[in-house]
Amino acid sequence: MESLSILIGGRAGDGIDQASLLIGKLLNQLGFRIYIYRDYPSLIRGGHTFSIVRAAREKLGAHRQTVDFICALNQDCLDNHRDKIHGRTVVLYDSDVVKGTGLALPLTSMVKAAGGPEIVRNTAMLGGLAKALGLPWEKFEKVARENLKKETEINIQLARKGYNAAETFYKIEEQKKPVLPLVTGNEALALGLASAGLDAYISYPMTPSSTILHFLAQRAEALNMKVIHPESELAVIMMALGFAYAGQKTAVGTSGGGFCLMTEGLSFAGMAELPMVIVLGQRPGPSTGLPTYSSQTELMFALWAGQGEFTRLIVAPGDAEEAYYWGGVALRLAWKYQLPAIILTDKNIAEGTYSFDLKNIKRFPEEQSLFWDGSGEYKRYLATASGISPLAFPGEAGATIKVNSYEHEEDGVTTEDQRITRKMQEKRLRKGVALLKEIDELEAVKVYGKQAARTAVVCWGSTKHLCLEAAEKLEVRVVMPLVLSPLPLTQLKKALQGVAQIIAVEDNATAQLAQLLKGAGIKVDAVILTYDGRPETVEQLEERIARGMK
Amino acid sequence: MTQWCPGCGNFAILKVMQEVLAELQAEGTLLENIVLVSGIGQHAKIVDYLKVNSFYSLHGRAVAAAEGIKLANPKLKVIVFVGDGDSYGEGLEHLIFAAKRNIDLTVVVHDNRVYALTTGQYTPTSPLGYKGRSTPTGTHEHPLNPLELLLAAGATYLARGYNARTEQLKGLIKEAILHPGFALIDLLQVCVTFYNQYDHYNQRVYELTGHNPADYNEALSKIKEWDYNSDAKIALGKFYQVERSTFDSFFSGGDTVDRGQLIKTLLERMV
Ligand code: SF4
Repeated sequence: MESLSILIGGRAGDGIDQASLLIGKLLNQLGFRIYIYRDYPSLIRGGHTFSIVRAAREKLGAHRQTVDFICALNQDCLDNHRDKIHGRTVVLYDSDVVKGTGLALPLTSMVKAAGGPEIVRNTAMLGGLAKALGLPWEKFEKVARENLKKETEINIQLARKGYNAAETFYKIEEQKKPVLPLVTGNEALALGLASAGLDAYISYPMTPSSTILHFLAQRAEALNMKVIHPESELAVIMMALGFAYAGQKTAVGTSGGGFCLMTEGLSFAGMAELPMVIVLGQRPGPSTGLPTYSSQTELMFALWAGQGEFTRLIVAPGDAEEAYYWGGVALRLAWKYQLPAIILTDKNIAEGTYSFDLKNIKRFPEEQSLFWDGSGEYKRYLATASGISPLAFPGEAGATIKVNSYEHEEDGVTTEDQRITRKMQEKRLRKGVALLKEIDELEAVKVYGKQAARTAVVCWGSTKHLCLEAAEKLEVRVVMPLVLSPLPLTQLKKALQGVAQIIAVEDNATAQLAQLLKGAGIKVDAVILTYDGRPETVEQLEERIARGMK
Repeated sequence: MTQWCPGCGNFAILKVMQEVLAELQAEGTLLENIVLVSGIGQHAKIVDYLKVNSFYSLHGRAVAAAEGIKLANPKLKVIVFVGDGDSYGEGLEHLIFAAKRNIDLTVVVHDNRVYALTTGQYTPTSPLGYKGRSTPTGTHEHPLNPLELLLAAGATYLARGYNARTEQLKGLIKEAILHPGFALIDLLQVCVTFYNQYDHYNQRVYELTGHNPADYNEALSKIKEWDYNSDAKIALGKFYQVERSTFDSFFSGGDTVDRGQLIKTLLERMV
């Protein structure tokens, strides 16, 4: 795929995040589709942090081996990324603090002379980049003014100095395409949940899910949503269960460590048939692992977390648009079937920035919770054919609504009766059968790449775009399940028809999707695994797939 | 139908609750707006025995669930039954934070100072040297004074009741329910099977009189009179009551909004 890649890096605290978003927004205004990858250590100040901004004509969500620009605010940035330089890479660097060759910009002294704070170096660098890209100053100034709301004048003044000090290397052509919003996976997920009717979001901060909490907390009033940050994940999940009982659609967000604490509440949700959505942002473990990096290691955990046997919905979106849609679907289905739904994301999706087109989002399944009609005695756990019991919420006259973590009778009162125990366990599992039927009507498995290819790459979550781009050159089929529990086996088998070889691509060390498929009778022939917290580049994956292909 | 031992203090509490609910209803509270929440333990069975909305929750987690219910629908009166092991042990963080928030809940702690459902182990309020199945030579730790802890945490209503003083208990529970804010009653509930304290309590309890519950320091000194360990007199009644803004009042919900339009506008700003 033809694209432009720009890497910008410096110490944590140098404003790399903001700068890379501004680069993205600048190229976005020219009609390009954007993807931004953020790489930062678990530090507030110091260390080395960088972003890669990619712009192309079509949607994307991965990065390549080399970049066209390196914007180095510190020496590490240049030294760590020499392997990303190709024949025409332009290196822009703050020549006051970095030794290099390329476009030397004395940013530190420029900023000092103007009396600006050190952080403004990043904007001065961007001014230089705009010139190097061959963009007119006015174009840059407009985007910068719209986005730099704090200390705007000093930022613009220094960007102009950077611009004047640089030379032009490229001539970027404006694309005749509509300009799309740039949205992180977490922002998209938050909006998808909101759109599907979320009433409350409850979360204890944990990377990479915290930005959902921040995003929704900031907009809680406008959205008329209750956003709460309680004392722990134990409180989070129990509060969410309380909200569900009282009739409010609720989601919680966390990562593996927080999810560990939530498992008792998850199991309770299964028994009490209380709907809720859990956003599980994966990152490398075990334990604290690498807090700010990415992995796909919680699939097995999500599948089996909690004691006892109960139905759960697990979805795994692969980019911002899918996060929006599947977030909404998860909320709707959790309520319809009165069960917990888990949305598996990972740091790459959660904190990656994507071009987002609302027009690509399909309609969510209709909101169709089954409500009590007010006749007869209300039974919270009425055993129906589908297993779904009519809902009523406290405050409704004539209904006594009892939920229970113990095994219970239809009216919610504790029982240890053998016959009822069997009946209620069957009722709860019956909902899974109905749920799977509904999932089969959605596009729960996507097929990309060369549809007739005899080799299929199977992937899930954020490896989607990496596989799509690698598949272009290799002409393989790409099969991506978006629902992982209950597993849409019929759709999967159809997607894999005529395939002679299956290669699973995953960000974990034990091939968790391959294990899941094996359990369902689909044999995976080869696995390509990464587990260093960083996404692979397209070229690396191309090579590994080519080697694995028979 | 009830599954408590004959003589268990829980029977008296159940009866008191039946009366309290009937009185509230007679005074105009709609029963459908009441939710009972329980933890896990002998105390928790009470929700099965009352035909009222209920949320039979997990060990230690009743208070957090109750907070969710109250925040979701501030109209509801949420009454939480918990045990001492349940809420002063496993669920202590939630209790402290609920008090800190002054969320409008009523928490009734069935404090029998023993784990009864799991057959007689020590709890956070068992006295030093308590011999239970997990501490056969006696505990080596002092009990917690829960009222002192909750006062420091920010509770705005604190009282102690006793299941053998049902008239007083009824008054306290009703008052706590009507108190707008976080109310906790440490209820001396006797477990006849594993830790029968009737004689001990009967000899020492007295009713608080001439006490000013609005005075923090006076409340503190009365609360510290008996530390759940010494052989002091045991005060029953209301130690503390003040009014302070409640957490739930900040979440009463606004007007409905057109989410679809709002999301479109938000996205337009993200270009
Ligand atoms: S074991 Fe103790 S608390 Fe439990 S029912 Fe018997 S007397 Fe009551």
